[in-house]
Amino acid sequence: MSSAAPRIAERDGFAAQYAKAIGKALVDTKDHVGELTFTVTRDGLVAAAKALRDEFGYQQLMEIAGADYPERAERFEVNYHFLSVTHNHRVRLKVKTDEETPVPSLTGLWPVANWLEREVFDLYGVNFSNHPDLRRILTDYGFEGHPLRKDFPMTGHVELRYSEAEKRVVYEPVKLAQDFRSFDFLMPWEGPEYRLPGDEKAEGQAPGAPTPAKAPTSEKVAAKAPPPVPKTTDEKSDTGAGEPTNKKAEKQARKPAARKADNAGGETTAKDAPETGDTE
Amino acid sequence: MTTKVEIQTFPDERAMDFDAARKVDHEIVLDQPNTAGDETISNYTINFGPQHPAAHGVLRLIMELDGEIVERVDPHVGLLHRGTEKLIEYKTYAQALPYFDRLDYCSPMCMEHSYVLAVEKLLGLEVPLRAQYIRVLMAELTRISNHMLNLGSHVMDVGAMTPNLWLFEVREDTMQLYEAVSGARMHANYFRVGGVHQDIPEKVLAQMSEFLDKRMPLFEDAMSLVVDNRIFKQRNVDIGVVSKEDALAWGFSGPMIRAAGIPWDLRKSQPYEVYDRMDFDVPVGTKGDCYDRFMVRVEEVRQSARIMRQCLAEMPKGPIGSLDRKVFPPKRGEMKQSMEALIHHFKLYTEGYHVPAGEVYVATESPKGEFGVYLVADGTNKPYRCKIRPTAFSHLQAMDFMMKGHMLADTTAVLSAIDVVFGECDR
Repeated sequence: MSSAAPRIAERDGFAAQYAKAIGKALVDTKDHVGELTFTVTRDGLVAAAKALRDEFGYQQLMEIAGADYPERAERFEVNYHFLSVTHNHRVRLKVKTDEETPVPSLTGLWPVANWLEREVFDLYGVNFSNHPDLRRILTDYGFEGHPLRKDFPMTGHVELRYSEAEKRVVYEPVKLAQDFRSFDFLMPWEGPEYRLPGDEKAEGQAPGAPTPAKAPTSEKVAAKAPPPVPKTTDEKSDTGAGEPTNKKAEKQARKPAARKADNAGGETTAKDAPETGDTE
Repeated sequence: MTTKVEIQTFPDERAMDFDAARKVDHEIVLDQPNTAGDETISNYTINFGPQHPAAHGVLRLIMELDGEIVERVDPHVGLLHRGTEKLIEYKTYAQALPYFDRLDYCSPMCMEHSYVLAVEKLLGLEVPLRAQYIRVLMAELTRISNHMLNLGSHVMDVGAMTPNLWLFEVREDTMQLYEAVSGARMHANYFRVGGVHQDIPEKVLAQMSEFLDKRMPLFEDAMSLVVDNRIFKQRNVDIGVVSKEDALAWGFSGPMIRAAGIPWDLRKSQPYEVYDRMDFDVPVGTKGDCYDRFMVRVEEVRQSARIMRQCLAEMPKGPIGSLDRKVFPPKRGEMKQSMEALIHHFKLYTEGYHVPAGEVYVATESPKGEFGVYLVADGTNKPYRCKIRPTAFSHLQAMDFMMKGHMLADTTAVLSAIDVVFGECDR
């Protein structure tokens, strides 16, 4: 057995050299599963990318991927993936931003950044400064919202259909024939926080399982709390017991004895069963 | 729209003075019938698509033409956008896999390949050798299948019919093999994180070998009709030329960058699976035109057949999936005997496996170029973010500069040579 992932040789001393080259623009360096990630400031991005291309030989900008982390102050991440065909190495630059602050565009360095940035703008609403043509690209003409944001519902807001009455395609608010099925397969005691009915007071728990109510610590408290009344189903309406049921049972009991015996025979000996069936 | 002006009658200064020209123009048009050669046509814009047989899907090109010369192309993509990336965020890792078949539906298994490699890389999972061989075998079969479709439609887009029909016959056989291996002709859902879904029986392996022996000659026959054909060359040579520098700047990959003269193949330079054990050549173009792209693909088919033969010859025996039962489900037979196996199966198909937090970008050499998956895991059983890097997105963007100055009829040749499939481009 061996690992199947693409094997890319490490580039010795590159991380340190690059960190030195871009200086203050660097916020953080990470090396995870053999992939180098440099988090850089927004202002330093263009210079950092230019250094990658001109000094370190990363000729290709392969991909720009947005990501949304709504719990962060600067919720969006823009990830730039570079490839060096001469050094056979990949590297990732990461920039963080929020809804308003624009990220400088790389279209001046790589023309391919044009569509890639348009896509991030379309799906996340990240703004890019100095972009020549920042239009939507993947979503429909006249689409509203940014669908890959975490707060955008998966079902979307509108649905499209052909209207026979109007003889054209019309937009309507989305109507779900059944509720959106969101299964949660996580282990209940290590997964998300479940809010049980009647448990509203238990706010501010640590993420994880709802802790069970604390056992009373003093005698006093224990005495005050009445013992829980077990829920029973004694009512006739609950059990179905009463006159009609009794009568039915009586009727059953008065059936001819021969038939009863037949039934009993059929149940006990399998061999006889077909014969008894014939006699009936 | 078109103004009719008899150019020859104007003195030079007046022709430059457009207001004056317009005045005179009306006077002339009123009482003079048109004669041959006295029309000036301004630039006009046409719509190519969204439904066009040569667009290989739903592509809308807004083309600005000067006569029959293309001045500017503005591709409008996204007409097939299905929100795959959003959907994947709501699925477990195993449930996300079938979406990849539906990206580039001409090479489904190569799409799955990047994804399973990305998840395996995050998990740090090792894959048995036989599974790696099977994956390489199927990836190369997929490449042949994809190229059959692309080469055939490329030839048809520039006017020849017969080779396409022949190549479709070869493609049909690859589909049959797909079905024999995975149970589906197209949307295979065959690769799994940790291995593949089912082992390939000896009989099917023999069929593959037979396919290579019997069908490759048909492919060669079809190519013999095309590659030296004068008409085919006239339609492709020197069309859509891309230099090495442009290919790098525009993020080209796969046959597009190789046709431009850069010997870059991820199977060679960043080998995954058992590609480092395979002996194959990387074809490279010399001029970077549509003809080179076509010929690079033709040679790739031969190399793929070579890799497949090596896989068939060297494939070892052994398990076809990881033995880590926390990721890879047990066999059905095992489940009938072992309680533990039953529990593993149940947990894997309800909750799924948890992938440790982290981010990876894994790219493989799909038939169309570098197909990458940028995967962000947050430690749960669902991907936090799964960005798909399509090949056609970068290539199609370069349409504008590749088409500049070419004739309208060359659009189809350039489009075919890109090998664009919109399932993948629009996601």
